Amino acid sequence: MPEPQPARERILSRLRAAPARALPADPAPGGPVWAPPVHGDARLTRFRAMLEASRAEVHEAGAEDWPEILRTILAAKGVGSVLYAPNTATGRRLAEAWADAPAPTPALVAYDRPVEQVKPMLVERIDAAVTAALGGIAHTGTLVLWPTPEEPRLMSLLPPIHAVVVDRGTVADSLSAVITAERWTDGMPTNAVLVSGPSKTADIEQTLAYGVHGPKELIVMVIG
Amino acid sequence: MSAEPRQSDFTGKARIALDDPKLRANFRRAMDGLMAKRGAQFADPVEWAALRARGIAARAGSLARLPELLEQLERRCAENGIQVHWAETTQEANAIVLDILQAAGARRVIKGKSMVSEEMHLNAHLNAHGIATMESDLGEYIIQLAGEAPSHIVMPCIHKNKAEVAALFADRIPGQPYTEDVDQLTAAARRALRGAFASADAGISGVNFAVAETGTLVLIENEGNGRLSTTLPPLHIAVTGIEKVLERLDDLPPLLSLLSRSATGQPITTYVNMITKPRQPGELDGPTAVHLVLLDNGRSRVYCDPELRDTLRCIRCAACMNHCPVYTRVGGHTYTFTYPGPIGKILTPQIEGLDCAGEQPHASSLCGACAEVCPVGIPIPQLLVRLRQEAVSPTSTAVKGGGTGGSLMETLIWRATTLMFTSPRLYGAGSRLMGWFGHLAPAWLPGLDRWTRTRSKPKFAAKSLHRLAKERGYPDA
Repeated sequence: MPEPQPARERILSRLRAAPARALPADPAPGGPVWAPPVHGDARLTRFRAMLEASRAEVHEAGAEDWPEILRTILAAKGVGSVLYAPNTATGRRLAEAWADAPAPTPALVAYDRPVEQVKPMLVERIDAAVTAALGGIAHTGTLVLWPTPEEPRLMSLLPPIHAVVVDRGTVADSLSAVITAERWTDGMPTNAVLVSGPSKTADIEQTLAYGVHGPKELIVMVIG
Repeated sequence: MSAEPRQSDFTGKARIALDDPKLRANFRRAMDGLMAKRGAQFADPVEWAALRARGIAARAGSLARLPELLEQLERRCAENGIQVHWAETTQEANAIVLDILQAAGARRVIKGKSMVSEEMHLNAHLNAHGIATMESDLGEYIIQLAGEAPSHIVMPCIHKNKAEVAALFADRIPGQPYTEDVDQLTAAARRALRGAFASADAGISGVNFAVAETGTLVLIENEGNGRLSTTLPPLHIAVTGIEKVLERLDDLPPLLSLLSRSATGQPITTYVNMITKPRQPGELDGPTAVHLVLLDNGRSRVYCDPELRDTLRCIRCAACMNHCPVYTRVGGHTYTFTYPGPIGKILTPQIEGLDCAGEQPHASSLCGACAEVCPVGIPIPQLLVRLRQEAVSPTSTAVKGGGTGGSLMETLIWRATTLMFTSPRLYGAGSRLMGWFGHLAPAWLPGLDRWTRTRSKPKFAAKSLHRLAKERGYPDA
């Protein structure tokens, strides 16, 4: 039973007592009504261009060969350890494909225990992580991530490199389209994240710098 | 950081800021850059008008139903496992946060950027009770190291150039050499803060939008420190003003677009973090407890005035200050209180009272740039004028400290002006007298000195325009 909150009652009663007010008139009467942007056939081109404008690396690959392409990319960057989700389709595919890949193949590290047991490793010692994305948004070049028990939240945040696998068929026009199509109003997950590029800051003299807290590099594998 | 002074001294501080060429260069460069970036985002006026109308409708519509929506938000959050707390004052909000932390045995707190926590002076309160707080937004981290307050609501250390940051880091971060390389400075902050994130017992953040429909807290950012603060520690406390509620999830896309494009000229921020629940059974990370503190601090009083209520539409994009000729010249610290620039000039006098921030509505030329760029259409100049009136002759009890402004001299001058401008005879006589004797009046004459303190004395024409027109035979003169 929560404690009674007198502040709550006082605040709400003041708000309820406030005079009602007509909603403001349309500042641009007769102007166009806002609608979410539609990109149609240009959807994937836009998705890619916007992500690249935010300094993400975008690669197109087949549903079968993406782990091999990703391995080459990560190996070229000198990545030694890769955090993966062993109980997801993406994670299983990665593990299968890398099982007998030639050197240099980064070591796969499973994120399968509560964060409290693996914090120092996650915070300091992993070079990269691979996750799937629920979908993409063409208009802003955005990845939609819905972390799950199998693919936890910190995977896309702590390692210096984040590789995301997104199915080309899941790229939608806009955030509005995703909210409607996926019926987000029926229930949101513990945490949902929109990612549109690597971590960045312009706090020092408006100079862009990458990787201040989250991943310094974002690699997007568009598959299918 | 000590508690905020209760009296703003805009005039005094502006004088000092105007004489500081480094400060003025830092702001000028930053504001020019931010204006250009925003301008590029809204190059299509048709798209801007449509999107802005949608943004206004979303914010005004949510405010119109604020009490119901707050209850709905509370209900949804409770269903989702987020505990909601209400605070009428900043003292109450500080006490609530401290209680939660103490009950959890938390000693170290990592903070995501939050202007409401600045408004509360939360760090000072927690530090006084033995709880260490570390700011993790790069800009906030820099000013915390320097022992300063934010000078801009989106870019808190905009008043510093990289040489100042370089010197600060070399002095305050162990083992950090002096470098003006921004990548190296950023990397140094990452190294210094990683350990703080890992060892924090709790994370504290603000909230950009709280969606009543789903009970979702939306936080936007570019750095990832907000996500880390709300994901890595076992406890998350979000603090926000009661006005941040959105009715529907569908309101979010247009407002996200308006906010990120207006603030930094980005189509969207790097991260949009939507938090709906604490860690669920089987999940491997995320805080096991999430609290939401709803702060009033005068907002419900502002809400009671139908005109001033528009102040609460604000989504804190800072476009108004980026475009303000006054803010650009005097910088954020001149405003003394947490919120600077045009939005601060209407918000601060209403929250703190006209008796201690009554000069702020006057620190404007009413040029209207702020209203032109405001993505949610707040009529800032109109509200500035309204607050100037409230300071002298209050029409509503909604404004704290109403009627405390003005002076005998001001009242007399206005009375005389009104009299003269409502009587053709007095006007004729007055303008003639000014033409004859005005040049004899010394600049220091009480009343006139208010004008001549920063401007040269006006030259009175020998004949008024009215008289000239009459002489030329205009029939209706």
